[in-house]
Amino acid sequence: MIRQKRSHHRLKRAVAPYLYLSPSLLIIGLLMLLPMVTVIGYSFQNSAVLRRDPSFAGLKHYQAIFNDPVFWASLWHTLYFTCMSVVFHMTIGMVFALMLNSDRINPTLRNILRVLYILPWLFTAVIIAVIWRLLLEPNGVVNSVLMQMGIIGSKVEWFSSPETALHAVTFANIWAGYPLFMVSLLAGLQGIPKDFYEAADIDGAKAYQKLIFITIPQLMPIIISISLLDFIWTMQVFPLIWITTGGGPIYSTEVLSTYTYKLAFSSYNLSQASASAVVILLISLGLTLFYIRYQKAR
Amino acid sequence: MTFRIRPAMLKMAAAAWLLGATGAMADTTLEFTQWWEPELPAGSLRKIMDEFEAANPGIKVTLVSGPYATTRDQISVGAATGTLSDVVGLDGAWVNNLNAQNALADMNPMMDASKFDKSQVADIIKVDGKAVMFPVASFVYPVFVNMDLAAKAGVTKLPSTRTEFLDAAKKMTQADKNQYGWVLPLSLQTPSGVQNDMMSWVWASGQSMMANGKPDLEGKPVVDMLSFVKSLNDAGTISPGIATKTEQEKVEEFVNDRVGMMIDSLAHVNLIRKRNPKLNFDLIPVPVVENYNGKRGLPYASWGIGISAASKHQEEAWKLVQYLMSEKVNAKLVSLANAFPGNVNAKPDFVTSDKAFGKAFEIFKTGYLANEFTGLPVAEDLMTQFDVQAQKMLAGEQSPEQAAANAQKGWMAKF
Repeated sequence: MIRQKRSHHRLKRAVAPYLYLSPSLLIIGLLMLLPMVTVIGYSFQNSAVLRRDPSFAGLKHYQAIFNDPVFWASLWHTLYFTCMSVVFHMTIGMVFALMLNSDRINPTLRNILRVLYILPWLFTAVIIAVIWRLLLEPNGVVNSVLMQMGIIGSKVEWFSSPETALHAVTFANIWAGYPLFMVSLLAGLQGIPKDFYEAADIDGAKAYQKLIFITIPQLMPIIISISLLDFIWTMQVFPLIWITTGGGPIYSTEVLSTYTYKLAFSSYNLSQASASAVVILLISLGLTLFYIRYQKAR
Repeated sequence: MTFRIRPAMLKMAAAAWLLGATGAMADTTLEFTQWWEPELPAGSLRKIMDEFEAANPGIKVTLVSGPYATTRDQISVGAATGTLSDVVGLDGAWVNNLNAQNALADMNPMMDASKFDKSQVADIIKVDGKAVMFPVASFVYPVFVNMDLAAKAGVTKLPSTRTEFLDAAKKMTQADKNQYGWVLPLSLQTPSGVQNDMMSWVWASGQSMMANGKPDLEGKPVVDMLSFVKSLNDAGTISPGIATKTEQEKVEEFVNDRVGMMIDSLAHVNLIRKRNPKLNFDLIPVPVVENYNGKRGLPYASWGIGISAASKHQEEAWKLVQYLMSEKVNAKLVSLANAFPGNVNAKPDFVTSDKAFGKAFEIFKTGYLANEFTGLPVAEDLMTQFDVQAQKMLAGEQSPEQAAANAQKGWMAKF
C-alpha cells in the first residue's frame, strides 16, 4: 500500500512540470511549430494551397529557386543589406552611447541628445519608409541640400537608380536600427566599474587605450549578443524595402523576403514561395543555433 | 392539471419547431465577399442589399467586406479550400487563376434559363468559353491635362496623336522648375503602371498585345509603344523616379502642378479636386498612332462579379447578380462609386451634373473598354515581368526590341 502511494507520488512529481509547461507548449506548437511544418510540407507539393489534391513534388521547387539567378541576387543583396546594417548599427550605436555616457558633455545637452538619438526607434517601418522616400526623392530635401553644397551636380534618383537603390535602402535601415545598439551599449557602459578606469589613469593609459583594453572587452558580451540578434532580424526585413523600392529598380534591391513575397502573392506560386521561405528559415536557424551556443558558453 | 399542461406545452414546442424549421427553409443567406463596401459611402452597399432582400423575400445577404488586397488573398484561399462565398467581387486579373481552380460557376446556363438580355451588359468575361464575370462598374483611364501648364507652355491644341503628345510633353517640361510633361509610375510594388500607363497606348489605337490567345509582345504594336515611351524618356519629359513611383505619387505630382499630363482613373477626379480645388484640368482620350481613325480602346479597371462554383445557392446568387446588373440598380451603384456602368442602358447621375464626368462619359461612349490583362494567368506577375524589362530599357540597358523579346520569353513561360 505504502509502495503504491510512493510510486503514485513519484509519477505525480514527474508529470507536474510537464503540466505546468503544457499551456506554453500548446501555444508554441499551434502558433510556431504547426505553421512551420505546414510551410515545409507545402515546399514539397505541387500547387500547394491552390489545389485541394496537391501532388508530391520532391525537391523540384528547391531546384527551381536555386536555378533562378534572381534568387542568388536576392541572397547577395540580403547579405550586403544585413552585414552593412549590423556593422553600422554597432558603430553608430557605440559612438552615440559613448557620447551619452561621457561626463564632458553638459547634462542638459546630454538629455536632449538622448531623446533625439532614440527618435528613429519610435517610428514604425512604414513611417520610416515614407520619411526616406520623401527625403530621397529626386526633388526631395537631400538632393536640394547636396546640390546647394556642390556635392552633386544633378538630381540623383536614390531609390530609382539601380546603382544607388541598395545603398539608399541600407542607409534608411541603418538610420532606423542603431538606437537598439545605443541603448544596450549605454546600459553596458553604465555597468562598467569606475575602478578599472581609475587604475588605467594611474597607469597613464590614454583615452583610446582605455576604449580598446577596458570598454570594448567589457561590452563584448552585449556586442556579440545584440549583433547576432540584429543579424537575424535584419535578414528578415520586409516592409522598409517593399515600401521604398518594391525590390526594384530592376532587381537591384530584391532581398529574400521580397523575392518570397512576390512568388507567393504576385506569381501565386505558393510551393516555390514555401521553398524560399524554408531557405530563409534554415539560415535563421543556423544563426539562432550559433546564438544559443554562444549564450550557453557564457 | 399536470396532465393537461403537458400536451399543451408539447403542442407549443411543436409549433415553435415548425415555425423555426419553415423559417430556416425559407430564408437563404447569401454570402457576398467584395472590397467595394469600404470604397463606397458608408452604409450605401448595405442599403442596396436591403432593397434586394425586400424585392426577393426569403433571401438574405451577408456582406463580407475588406480592403482590395485582403479580399484578393481571401478569395484565393477560399477557392482552394472550397469555402468561397456564394457571390464574389472579382478583378479581371484574378479570373484565370480562379477558373483554373474550378472555383467560378459558368453563368451561361443561368443566363439562358432566365432569358437574360446579354445585350444590356457592357462586357461578359469568358474563360475557356465559361462566362465567369460581369464588370459591374468600370473605372476608365483617360488622360488628365493640366490646362494652365498647357496654356503657359503654348499647347493650344490638346494632343490626339502620339506625335502631338510628345510635342506637348516637351513644351510642358521645364526640368529646372521641377515641371515635366508626363508621369510614368513603374514601381514593382504595384506594377499596374504597365497596364494603365503603358499598354493603354496600345489599346487606344485599337491594337493588341496578344495574337491568337498568346502574348505577342514582339509584334509591332508593343515594340512601337516601348519605342514611344523611350522617346518620351530620352527627351527628358517624364518626371524622374519612374522605377519606384506609385500611382498615388503620380496623382500627387499632377495635383501639385509638377506634371502636365497623366493617364489616370476617373475615380480620382474628386480626390484631385479635393487636394487642389484651384487645379484647372481637362480630360482627353489616350492619343493614338498617326492616321488611326477607328474606335479607341479605353483602358479600365473594374469591379467584377461572379458566382462560386461551390455555392449551394446558385439560383439565389444569380438573382443577386441580375439585380446588380439591372439598369436602375447599376446606375445607382456606379453613381455612388463615380464609375461607369456595367449595364449599357444605365446612366449615372454624375454625367449630367459634372462637366468632367460628362466629358469622360462621351469618351467612354465613343470608344470601347479595353484591358487585355483581364482573364490572363497570373496577370500581376506578367505586369511585374514586363515592368522589369521596361525599367531596363529606360535605364539604357536594352533596346525596345530586346525589352519586348525578353518580356515575351517570360510571359510564354506562364502560358
